Amino acid sequence: MPQARVVLKNCGVIDPTNISTCLEQDGFKALEKARREMSPEEVISEVKVSGLRGRGGAGFPCGIKWEGARNSAGDEKYVICNADEGEVGMFKDRYILENDPFTLVEGLALAGYAIGARQGHIYLRGEYHYLLDLLRGAVNQARESDFLNGFDIDIQEGAGAYVCGEESALMESIEGKRGESRYRPPFPTVAGLWQKPTTINNVETLMNIPQIVLNGGGWYSQMGTERSQGTKVFSVSGDVARPGVYELVLGSPLRELVEELASARDVKLMQIGGATGRILPYDMIDTPLAFEHILGAGAVTVFDESRDVIDIVHRTMEFLAEECCGKCTPGRQGTEAMVEILERFCRGEGAQRDIKVMEDLAETMMLSSLCGLGQAAPFAVVDTLKYFRGDYERRIRGK
Amino acid sequence: MSKKIAFQNKAPENLLVALKEAQAKHGYLSQEFLVELADSLKVPVNDVYGVASFYSFLATKPRGRNVIKICRSLPCYLQNCQIIIETVEKELGIKPGETTPDGRFSFELTNCIGLCDRAPAMLINDDAHVDLTPEKIKQILQSYK
Repeated sequence: MPQARVVLKNCGVIDPTNISTCLEQDGFKALEKARREMSPEEVISEVKVSGLRGRGGAGFPCGIKWEGARNSAGDEKYVICNADEGEVGMFKDRYILENDPFTLVEGLALAGYAIGARQGHIYLRGEYHYLLDLLRGAVNQARESDFLNGFDIDIQEGAGAYVCGEESALMESIEGKRGESRYRPPFPTVAGLWQKPTTINNVETLMNIPQIVLNGGGWYSQMGTERSQGTKVFSVSGDVARPGVYELVLGSPLRELVEELASARDVKLMQIGGATGRILPYDMIDTPLAFEHILGAGAVTVFDESRDVIDIVHRTMEFLAEECCGKCTPGRQGTEAMVEILERFCRGEGAQRDIKVMEDLAETMMLSSLCGLGQAAPFAVVDTLKYFRGDYERRIRGK
Repeated sequence: MSKKIAFQNKAPENLLVALKEAQAKHGYLSQEFLVELADSLKVPVNDVYGVASFYSFLATKPRGRNVIKICRSLPCYLQNCQIIIETVEKELGIKPGETTPDGRFSFELTNCIGLCDRAPAMLINDDAHVDLTPEKIKQILQSYK
């Protein structure tokens, strides 16, 4: 399947500091079209027809989320752009923000129009502070060109907490609190930011919206597979000759991304979706990149034959233990216990029963963690126990 | 009740924003400052300390004028960030978590900073430095006074 340019269509084409170069590429035409010809319900309907699912990893249907917020009672509503990509190996949103902040502003304004919000927020990760002026400039230029029209966008920066990429923790953080995940229900579409109906979308999700509004949901839904429509932007890093950002039609095989585009050789395994992502061995490289197979938020880290599986899993779990918000016991204690056991395997002092303990613990974490991060935290352990079990068994004491 | 009022109002009463602004001004968040802020916002001190200690970009101890954050997550690790860490240790004579005696640099290890396509990478203050090599480090450090 081909590479495609929907989300990245303006990247490298426009000057990200100059809105007129974006207007030459049909920038803000979708917003004008929506306001002139379409009711908010019609915008939502097109997004539903498009089949667009959230690009932040969870894959929730965007149109249904918007409809939920639209239908929630109250006239004070919010739209949030999650620009807090903190997943290990993720940099696609950075690339998008660096190259085309205007389309993001347009997408967020369209979201505001659709759900009936007058205020939008962009939550930018603190590590990307050097992008703040660029992003602010894009918002200001859109405002000065009268595109925002009663809708305002506020940019708030994170402060170095991975868990704030989780939507409910992110809202806590915008409210100025510790970024701890919330219990759900209620869902954000009912009670989100400041307990008002809120939609929260990833940067990439919003980047798709102007194209969907301009060309129609039917046009968009022709791309991809039956359950994964459109394109996906990936960030590829690790043992590859050409690390970078690539956009592919959904359903493309992992091989195309890893071997053809990023030029990886002697691949041993791939981590798809960062620290909370899935691990696949090389012999599964023909797996299609789609929600129904494997996808995540778009981080693909490649490891070659020289790498040690247990070391990779141990470092992944150390990251998660450090970044866990600590609110729920399975997340807080589960990640710590995993690190402790994996340390033993690293030293060649694992015990046979440790494998069973990790399997039980992984199940508990997946079933009972408060948020998606805790639920996905054991994936690296689960997947490597499935595909690389021999690597664990060789590290059992006395073997 | 007072807590509710403080948290429901947006900026400038927003606690995280207030802490970030204070840190930008004073370099770090002293205990005295946290107590004063709690008083002025009419919230318990532990709420303020809770937020201050939650975020890795907020410091509750004094730091150097320049803060080096070297990424040690997997993509940078695969590109041998270890040698960058060792070079900085040798150049500055300090370990991660420490500050040089002259107060010029603090040195920390950090999790993924989203520069994996240009690994190994680091932030100094808010500046990104990428494609690092031991040779580059000396030059980069010299540009921070």
